[in-house]
Amino acid sequence: MTAILEIHDLHVSYRSSGSELSPALKGVSFRLMPGEIMGVLGESGSGKSTLAGSLVRLLPGNALVTGGTVQFEGKDLLQANPDELQAIRGRHISLIFQEPSLALHPTIRVGEQVRQVLAAHGSRGKRTLNERTRQIFAEIFPEETDRISRSYPHQLSGGQRQRVLIAQAIACGPSVVVADEPTASLDPTTQMEILGVFRRLRERLGLAMIFITHNPALLSDFADHVLVLYAGEVAECGPAESVLGLPRHPYTKALFQSIPAVSGKPGTGRKAKLPVILGDSSRSSLPIRGCCFEPRCTERMEICKEREPSPANLSVSHTVSCFKYES
Amino acid sequence: MKVEATATGKNVHPLLKVENLVKRYTKRSLAGTPEELLALDSVSFTISPGTTLAVVGESGSGKSTLANCLACLESPTSGNIWFEGKDIVKLEERACRQVRRQIQLIFQDPASSLNPRWSAFEVLVEPLILQRKFNREEIKKRVNYWLGRVGLSQDIVGRSPMELSGGQRQRLAIARALTLEPKLLILDEALSALDCSVQAQIANLLMELQGSLGMTYLFITHDLAMAAHFADEIAVMDRGRIVEQGPPNKIFIQPEQETTRRLLAAVPRIGRGDQSALER
Amino acid sequence: MRYLVRRLGHAFFLLAGASVLAFLFTALAPGTYFDEMRLNPQIAPETVAALRAQYGVDKPLPLRYASWLNSVLHGDMGFSFAYNGPVAPLLVVRARNTLLLTITSTLFAWAIALPLGVWSAERLGRLSDRLLSWGTAVLLVIPDLALALGLLIVAVRSGWFPTGGMASVDFETLSPANKLRDLALHMILPVTALVLSTLPLLVRHVRASVADVLDAPFLLAALGHGIPKRTLLYRYALPAAANPLISLFGFSIGVLLSGSLLIEVVMSWPGLGPLLLEAILARDLYVVIGGMLFSTFFLVGGNLFADMLLYWADPRIRAESNAR
Repeated sequence: MTAILEIHDLHVSYRSSGSELSPALKGVSFRLMPGEIMGVLGESGSGKSTLAGSLVRLLPGNALVTGGTVQFEGKDLLQANPDELQAIRGRHISLIFQEPSLALHPTIRVGEQVRQVLAAHGSRGKRTLNERTRQIFAEIFPEETDRISRSYPHQLSGGQRQRVLIAQAIACGPSVVVADEPTASLDPTTQMEILGVFRRLRERLGLAMIFITHNPALLSDFADHVLVLYAGEVAECGPAESVLGLPRHPYTKALFQSIPAVSGKPGTGRKAKLPVILGDSSRSSLPIRGCCFEPRCTERMEICKEREPSPANLSVSHTVSCFKYES
Repeated sequence: MKVEATATGKNVHPLLKVENLVKRYTKRSLAGTPEELLALDSVSFTISPGTTLAVVGESGSGKSTLANCLACLESPTSGNIWFEGKDIVKLEERACRQVRRQIQLIFQDPASSLNPRWSAFEVLVEPLILQRKFNREEIKKRVNYWLGRVGLSQDIVGRSPMELSGGQRQRLAIARALTLEPKLLILDEALSALDCSVQAQIANLLMELQGSLGMTYLFITHDLAMAAHFADEIAVMDRGRIVEQGPPNKIFIQPEQETTRRLLAAVPRIGRGDQSALER
Repeated sequence: MRYLVRRLGHAFFLLAGASVLAFLFTALAPGTYFDEMRLNPQIAPETVAALRAQYGVDKPLPLRYASWLNSVLHGDMGFSFAYNGPVAPLLVVRARNTLLLTITSTLFAWAIALPLGVWSAERLGRLSDRLLSWGTAVLLVIPDLALALGLLIVAVRSGWFPTGGMASVDFETLSPANKLRDLALHMILPVTALVLSTLPLLVRHVRASVADVLDAPFLLAALGHGIPKRTLLYRYALPAAANPLISLFGFSIGVLLSGSLLIEVVMSWPGLGPLLLEAILARDLYVVIGGMLFSTFFLVGGNLFADMLLYWADPRIRAESNAR
């Protein structure tokens, strides 16, 4: 099976005032298979939103792609012209933005906003458009379809708005959906609902998904593969059970440890200090040489300061960028 | 349901006692018929000093309304709020301002509660200046002290809150609240917008402050795992009422109400089988 | 509905208050039409006294206001001392002339400002945008008077345009088509002057509002869905930027009667402006009050119209005003 999306050695930087270039993505590579859910785990500053934007070339004005390729169906998206991009966005690759309250137009009814996406890709008659819009709404909102379709964004709840974004994303039947923190502002029950919607869509439409989040717990029982992003580089990438069940990279391990688990067992160190990763990943605290996680790593070695690790294969599909695993 | 004793074993007077708090909103629709929304339906609980009460619930359960009423940002329709023995609902404006100093509120999104046009220093200094009790020397000393206490370095004072990371902004918001030396800190989803590892850092900071300063917290969240770790007592809210209350162990091992069970089931956990590798 | 009723109520109170103020200020201003007459040695003092009694100039103010209000509501706006005839028809004709000018120029101004502003906002910061900003700044700085006079000079020097007035001397003898052409020729200069004076502010506002919105996440999201650029600009960005522009439009309507006074006077356009000016100088009470009322009516009406438009265009305002 060939990969539907293949990212190779992607480098993206931001030009700040003063024409300094600060790198956001440094050599990210991975492959997305048809029908697969790839979870991208990253905290703020890891470059996850930059990754989402660069897949469809929707980056802020001061962003600069300095290297790499994004192969989609045999074409490098980074070289595509604006017309080709406009034809691909929403039709073959859809992007679901963060913050549903901001990603919807405030004064257009949500039904119309979905219809606009359909209308942008393929001139069909008005009746076909309306029919198709209704179909999509019925799929995402099995109850109260019409009322919600006629509502304005501010009249809907957070979960409902998120579903409208999903409706817009799948309207034209894309093969890849990239979701950037789709559940970030929702409460846990709604989060579970939205994950359920994604699962159903994957089963019914055979979608391939890139699901970006900072909460690893959301990816268990959901993603097929997990890619851990730290400071613009891939720390670890492999099947979900391996990465989530037995993380190898020191960052992944430390990240999972800092999340309190719902244990309920008395005396399990409740109210004790959570093991944290000291320091932060802001641009100013990144080392100039060597592994970027080294200043915060509890398992660092001398070599970590000198060189940058390259991805080592733990198994066919599981790679870790850490000197501990380099043969 | 009321709770008297706490996990620390001290049987002291509660710092905060909420009795039958009701908050009703009336909305007039286009047709003219008023719609009523009962945000808080006779809520009662107590918090002992130096402890943490976590209020968990889904969106719309009334948690934020509760926070606003306690911080005197909204006035309840009926009920009493006893803070250090005084009923703060019935106070006039001047006395209410005194109380507001003692009860500070930290919001979920520091980006919108901190003025982006001010520097971090100005943000911290403002509440002290408004009190009109301190001279410039005093103010500078306090600001530097609290900056260090929350783990922020001195070089951030000149920066605007927009240039700081999410974790740094929350630390700034906490420092600003602490400069007034409040007795009760209400954290309204204060950790929810932060990354997981940063949440752990801020949670540790809060616990350390509680240990050394005896801070009392009302921790509003929908993250049950963090609530379980952080709180002495958990109250589960649903549609404006507290449906279940108790120490974390009890809530998680023997949840009584459907709402609690639903919330528990919705908590995502890492690693389906291999929990033991992650539990301490 | 409730919103509409409330706004109408506001408007009504504003108008009533304006009428009181208009009446008071003018009536209380020192000097009446008859003072001029008194100074004229050729008119006997008895005649003056008789005229004063006839016009009821000496009655107490509230009475005069009441009787005046009563007449106005019956369509009689009083009597013009200077023109020796009823005020209402005079005002109507002049107002019509003014509206002809201002409606044309407002339409042109907005029709130019909208695309120009959107075009500029799209290219924010680039050379073309900065050139436009510079141009509008220059226009903004030039006083209306200078603009009008400049255009008059062009008219005189080139001889292409009439140098004032609304109609040529032989207007009545022309065929309908030629009448229209004659009118258009006379309108070109004043309309140009008005458009040039109002355009810069409009362009800047459109540019600012649209530029604000172009940064918004929902626009980026729409771009991500493959919505083409043109649709994006005119069906997504412009409606989202509409609120401040609608208020501005309401203001444009509000000044339809009053904004062109200077141009009318300078270019001898027989509108409300010159009439009011003469009336003020001649202490022609009822003309002044009538003119002020007309202008206020338009101003209040314009704002009301903007409120209604805002209510219709933005569902969030509908929700907010109904929640109160």
